[in-house]
Amino acid sequence: MTAFLALIRRDLMLSFRIGGGPFLGLAFFLTVTAMLPLGVGAKLSLLGEAAAGFLWVAAALASLLSLDRLFQADAEDGSLDQLALGSLPLELAVLAKAIAHWLTTGLPLTLAAPVLALMLNMPEAGYGALTLSLLLGSPVFSLAGAIGAALTAGLRRGGLLLSLLVLPLFVPVVVFGAGAVSAAINGFDPGTAFLFLGAVSLFTLVIGPVAGASALRIHLS
Amino acid sequence: MIAGVEVKGETLTCRRGDRLLFAGLSFAARPGTLTQITGANGTGKTSLLRMIAGLLKPEEGRVTLVREGAGPGADEPAELLHYLGHQDALKSQMTARENLDFAARWQGAAHEPGAALERLGLAAQADLPVGYFSAGQRRRAALARCWMIGFPVWLLDEPTASLDANGRALAVELIGAHVAAGGTVIAATHEVLIAGAAEVSVR
Repeated sequence: MTAFLALIRRDLMLSFRIGGGPFLGLAFFLTVTAMLPLGVGAKLSLLGEAAAGFLWVAAALASLLSLDRLFQADAEDGSLDQLALGSLPLELAVLAKAIAHWLTTGLPLTLAAPVLALMLNMPEAGYGALTLSLLLGSPVFSLAGAIGAALTAGLRRGGLLLSLLVLPLFVPVVVFGAGAVSAAINGFDPGTAFLFLGAVSLFTLVIGPVAGASALRIHLS
Repeated sequence: MIAGVEVKGETLTCRRGDRLLFAGLSFAARPGTLTQITGANGTGKTSLLRMIAGLLKPEEGRVTLVREGAGPGADEPAELLHYLGHQDALKSQMTARENLDFAARWQGAAHEPGAALERLGLAAQADLPVGYFSAGQRRRAALARCWMIGFPVWLLDEPTASLDANGRALAVELIGAHVAAGGTVIAATHEVLIAGAAEVSVR
């Protein structure tokens, strides 16, 4: 457990020292959201309707932003060898790194989303559903993302390939996440969508570390 | 004293892509000895070290670690050996002490991080980010980590690369002390670290 927490702590420390921790992803999230009214025009009803779906897509892209460096930095400086030779299985190292990634991307985005929803004139009824759906669904961005990040760990310009690999995995979460918010706004019960989001999160919690570790082993050998 | 661990390689074959690097390579590194892997550039010294560390799967043959007085396979290799690659595996944004603190929690430690840095002459630089270090200072920090963790088997890839005369002497002294205490050291290097070391030649 100390080893597991130490790795999370190390990655949080590095994230703050390299990229301003959670603030870079947040700034991206904010900037993209601010651009939507500029592109669509200040039609409040239109913005309100699109808000849920747009915020989910923006959250997915903001998570993707730092994903390419998840294992690449460790692969470049040799730290990946030490992670593979540690007292914990590589699977748990992948999990710890995915958790640290979520703490610096998914969690702050979830907390900021209601404020941005206000900016986009989203109906009040959707705020609770938006926060809860992001809380349940955003771990998928880090956990499923870790698989893609592990596969592209050795590629210099892996970011673009990474998005092609990973974005299709994000689709179900975005569909059901935005769906939950729409349901809540239109007076339906979003419960089923929440259950689905939770299920996908748990599924990737198991698959992500195992698949990620296998991909890293291929990279190491 | 360090628990003696013998490292045995049996008919190891290594293939990288289409190229056969070495085949049928056997060796035994006894506790309390230094074994040097020699060979020209690109003949597979690093590959052999990574194979012993368990990072690279041999195409044929196997590597076994035998702890003295115990049957084979009693311990996980991860608890017995430390691999120091040609990269130093240090985070530039963290200080030397933070790097070693993490290693101590991740792999275990027989010594204090501060004491380890002092032993390699980095006491004054312990709280500087490794990004400011020269290549030689990074090497010293990586050797400090190796000594701090204190596993019985050390796998060293060019341990003296970029070290100055003083650093080289420290590294040789460190390796000598580990061997004298019953440790097993396998090093890929072009220079003679300790006279009379066993040799494994790749090709």
